[in-house]
Amino acid sequence: MTRPDMTIEALKRILREGAGADEGVDLDADILDVEFAELGYDSLAMLETASRIEREYGIKLEDETTAAARTPRALLAVVNSR
Amino acid sequence: MNRVVFTGIGVTAPNGLGVEDFWAATLAGRSGIGPVRRFDATRYPARLAGEVPGFEAGEHLPSRLLSQTDHMTRLALVAADWALADAGVNPAELPEYGMGVITASSSGGFEFGQRELQNLWSKGGSHVSAYQSFAWFYAVNTGQISIRNGMRGPSGVLVTDQAGGLDAVANARRQIRKGIDLVVSGGVDGSICPWGWVAHMSTGRLSAVDDPDRAYLPFDADATGHVAGEGGAILVMEDEDAARRRGVERSYGELAGYAATMDPRPGGGEPGLRRAAELAIADAGLTPGDVDVVFADAAGVPELDRVEAEAITAVFGPRGVPVTAPKTMTGRLFSGAAPLDVAVALLSIRDGVIPPTINVNPAPGYGIDLVTGAPRHTRPRTALVLARGSGGFNAAVVVRATFPEGGPA
Repeated sequence: MTRPDMTIEALKRILREGAGADEGVDLDADILDVEFAELGYDSLAMLETASRIEREYGIKLEDETTAAARTPRALLAVVNSR
Repeated sequence: MNRVVFTGIGVTAPNGLGVEDFWAATLAGRSGIGPVRRFDATRYPARLAGEVPGFEAGEHLPSRLLSQTDHMTRLALVAADWALADAGVNPAELPEYGMGVITASSSGGFEFGQRELQNLWSKGGSHVSAYQSFAWFYAVNTGQISIRNGMRGPSGVLVTDQAGGLDAVANARRQIRKGIDLVVSGGVDGSICPWGWVAHMSTGRLSAVDDPDRAYLPFDADATGHVAGEGGAILVMEDEDAARRRGVERSYGELAGYAATMDPRPGGGEPGLRRAAELAIADAGLTPGDVDVVFADAAGVPELDRVEAEAITAVFGPRGVPVTAPKTMTGRLFSGAAPLDVAVALLSIRDGVIPPTINVNPAPGYGIDLVTGAPRHTRPRTALVLARGSGGFNAAVVVRATFPEGGPA
């Protein structure tokens, strides 16, 4: 069984649900290559985000893998390679 | 030694959101006590609470903070924003290591914590929010205020139940005397959720009365315990010279004296409240005759009311000083209560008026001059604030006008 790829829109939704959006950050803009840190997401926010992705997509993401994916594009690539 | 002054006040209270709302309600004797709305308390023995009305966190805070904060932390963050605005402080313009945050806490973010524990046992560990790591925690308000405002100076949290709010402002004074220019202090508390409620019930001091006007009656012959509430006050405290250097012309008043004592073991002799009051007055370099008003701890439990009345009459003589308990309008706010009383004391000094204790018909045996019915316009300049915490904690502070005699108000 194949599952659909995770889209940037799905990632934005998960970010909003788990960690919210910071003041002055427009998640609706093109953020594919903007670093998570620049979007106001610290390591804990990424931990929460990864945990929600795991639950939703039924995959396992190692902490180091998530930490190494510094942009939405990189994180989507990791998720969609599973 | 420089004076340590209060330059900003932020209030989130059951009878008012924001200082002026709250102060108007307090002078008018308007209560914020009513049936619990934050959860269904109908099957619990205590069904009333003092809940902060009309607070929409999303109107004040970014969703980035909403996802990681308990209700009481949101109240604290907004109170801190308001206190800093009131003080005219833009934290970004001041040295980050010159500003500290020292608040009081009694329980932490219990509503958040209960939700995540329920996730843990009903769905499993992967469903627990990463933010549970700190959102429940005693120090969370201090940490969040510090992060939001870029304040990296000495910071901490005082956990001595309801006495904690006074211990916190005293600790802030200590840091300022050691050279920190500004400390955000005070406390905002609240755990009106089933988990918090059960913890409150364990003290045996929650009133089971359902009439909001009859449930919390400190110093009344009909006292049956207290109503629990949420909220409190965040206070900006500064070195007086440092405040002047950034252009502050007038402060609310000075933290002139402080003392804390512990009760002896049960049956082990006189409780420590009288000594705390005397030591705080002495620490201010004053005598009891200088004190114009006492803000009582007001337990609402007959035995504890008697202890407090005896302490007050021992220090001031029978009916020797006006005593008031505006917390009859809010319920007891735990670590938020005493900072709110300090805020009320400062506003009383500002406006020359003592707010009333509501609903109480003072039992004659206590021998205290309780201000009931209407505010008393006596132009107080010096106030003693008393607070007691479950477990034997006593604390007292003296706050004083900084304007000259015959000045404003």
